[in-house]
Amino acid sequence: MGVIEFKNVNKVFGPRATGFRALDDINLEIRDKEFVAIVGPSGCGKTTCLRMVAGFEDATDGVVSVGGTPIKRPGPDRAVVFQQFALFPWKSVYDNIDLGLRNLNVSRADREARIDAILDLMNLKQYAKHFPHQLSGGMQQRVAIARAYVLDPDVLLMDEPFGALDAQTRVVMQEELVRLARKNPRTVLFITHAVEEAVYLADRVAIMTRAPGRIKEVLDVATIRNAENWDSYDKIEDVMDLESFVHLRTHIWRSLREEKAAQHA
Amino acid sequence: MQKQIPLWQSVTLGFLGLASFLGLWHGLAISNLVPSVFLPSPLEVYDRFTTLLERRFAGATLPGHLAASFQRFAYGFLLAAVIGIPLGLLMGWYQILDEIVSPLFDALRFIAPIAWVPFAALWFGTGIGGPIMIIFAGAFPPCVINAYRGAKFVDPRLIEAANMLGTPSHRVIREILLPSSVPSIISGLRVSAGLGWQSLVGAELIVASAGVGYMMVQGQANVSTTTVMAGMVAIGLVGLALDSALRLAERIIQRRRGLDN
Repeated sequence: MGVIEFKNVNKVFGPRATGFRALDDINLEIRDKEFVAIVGPSGCGKTTCLRMVAGFEDATDGVVSVGGTPIKRPGPDRAVVFQQFALFPWKSVYDNIDLGLRNLNVSRADREARIDAILDLMNLKQYAKHFPHQLSGGMQQRVAIARAYVLDPDVLLMDEPFGALDAQTRVVMQEELVRLARKNPRTVLFITHAVEEAVYLADRVAIMTRAPGRIKEVLDVATIRNAENWDSYDKIEDVMDLESFVHLRTHIWRSLREEKAAQHA
Repeated sequence: MQKQIPLWQSVTLGFLGLASFLGLWHGLAISNLVPSVFLPSPLEVYDRFTTLLERRFAGATLPGHLAASFQRFAYGFLLAAVIGIPLGLLMGWYQILDEIVSPLFDALRFIAPIAWVPFAALWFGTGIGGPIMIIFAGAFPPCVINAYRGAKFVDPRLIEAANMLGTPSHRVIREILLPSSVPSIISGLRVSAGLGWQSLVGAELIVASAGVGYMMVQGQANVSTTTVMAGMVAIGLVGLALDSALRLAERIIQRRRGLDN
């Protein structure tokens, strides 16, 4: 169902021979209901990976597929949460969430029930009639997550969703996303340049390098998370203090830094 | 950044401009340098204006002529908006339509509305049809152009969001392109109303049997230059009122969308 697969994917912006090589031979399989984060420096092509799964970009070579079907165009089976929220400013919170369900021709009664449930889950109930500009950044991103989640998509694509939020809001949102992802697991592709965020949220972390974008290493976090029972901690800072967490984080930092050093050499 | 001029100052300056203009005009009119039939003084025009408010000339009072003109204008303007705005949005969304229509449209829009007068009269008559076509010719291009620009400059992230939600084209046009283009469309309507009102009077100089333009032609025929000028004043005032009304509408809509505080 929600298996995402990159098979020998290259991406060149502009003419094949002279254009910008954004991605070089990407191979990655994300299992059904698995949460994978891609970390890497800006400009490494991690967002391009997500945009290809979303159907906003096509691969120059190779195949990107979801559930075995190569991707041709965007669609509600692959819901996207954007860094800049991308809510419709002239639609209320309720109507923003409603649009995708209307497109799927869900009956009015069903839509109401599903929107009510998601508003409840995201603590947005009292804001249903508000417009995006009346909400804080964190609240707006909740709406964007609700808009994606309500569609019950096979795949959830999150493009640095917390990058535009302040540090405190960011932490709250990370905890909420963990809660949401455990309660209602989806295949998630999560793009970030924040190493802690990737380790805290993801089952596996893919580390990307720049120019051309390559996947350098894929790190298994889930095995350690389950062994050390990270999910039993409510607060992110308690998890971040654990030796197992620190170990993984340091490993990723080193890996990214080596890359930087290699570029400067 | 430029310093904001306080309201009382800008009002005063506006009056100063108007007063100097009227003073200059009056001075020139009473100087006997030009015969008074060539340049009636502002007072004579004012007199004629107030008289025309109550006395019929060329079949109707000035308000009567204005009403006839305004009715034609309203039809032509609405027709331009009703056809132009959807066309502009569709051209902004469908590349193919854009390629087909744009070259033709870009050539046609440089033809002054008044140039259509002979054909307007031939095809639609001099009653209501002809003038409406001429107003339409003036008001149509800004409607199309601004709706088109509005649709072209929609935040591409919103289009991506709509696409990933599986939104069909007709719904993208109505629920994303249209609301996003409202500011551009409203300013287009303002330009369009101005051009439509201008071309209307031009049209009435030639076709029509009532209306401000017609009244002015009759004034000219009777060598009543004050009537012609009273007509000019009326046209200016209505144009100003029209623009102010649309400006107000623009502000109210912006405020409601929370783009203005």
